[in-house]
Amino acid sequence: MPNTRRQFLSLAGSVTVAGTIPMVTLRPLEATPAMLATAIRGVVGEAPIHTGKVKIDIPPLVENGNTVPMTISVASPMTATDYVKSIHVFNEKNPQPNIGNFYLNASSGRAQVSTRIRLADTQKVVAIARLSDDTFWQVTADVVVTLAACTEEMN
Amino acid sequence: MATLINVPAKARRGDIIEIRTLTSHIMETGFRHTMAGALVPRDIITSFICRYNGTEVFRADLFPAIAANPYLSFFTIAKESGKFEFEWIGDNGYSSTASASITVE
Repeated sequence: MPNTRRQFLSLAGSVTVAGTIPMVTLRPLEATPAMLATAIRGVVGEAPIHTGKVKIDIPPLVENGNTVPMTISVASPMTATDYVKSIHVFNEKNPQPNIGNFYLNASSGRAQVSTRIRLADTQKVVAIARLSDDTFWQVTADVVVTLAACTEEMN
Repeated sequence: MATLINVPAKARRGDIIEIRTLTSHIMETGFRHTMAGALVPRDIITSFICRYNGTEVFRADLFPAIAANPYLSFFTIAKESGKFEFEWIGDNGYSSTASASITVE
């Protein structure tokens, strides 16, 4: 038994530290940054990924992760020789790293896609565009989510 | 299945037009549990295709991270009068179609 105030406080402190460890492991259903990188490599292969050209329009703070409006656009002239082939969207912390793949072509006119997504946690959203010359361009957006989606109990 | 399609009724040849689609679907992620602890099986739409007079103009692979009642908006160039056909394909043999016509002047 701790018989001084100092001993008591140091004991209480170590209990608190130990108590936080299970908190971290309580979320096994989470894609890790490694899974995100693997999913991205599955699409991109070994090609280098440049930063730029792509834009994500997504609210920086969302109250409800169950439906988050998102628009991806790519700066591209969308001509027969220079267009966007596909747009791939990934996340960092949902149970699965993929969000969607969208396939465009030279007659799309504008490289822009909108949808509504689910976000399980405050995290990064990554959009990668594949252009007609097979170069890859990416952008990352940070989203703060206050109510998570995906893994809640069903009533 | 209830579906909402928004395609302009009329367009000039060469115009870039926006197409918006919304279809009702639960998009069950397969990651949720019931109160009793049983896993709720995945039931999502996995693929969406839009054809313009038979030619594919847009396609999407969807994942559980797409919100329920999937909404998609995309663009294409109005080339000729005709029909847009939309198809949603999903788990458990789910399939649904819709179409919309356009007059191009």
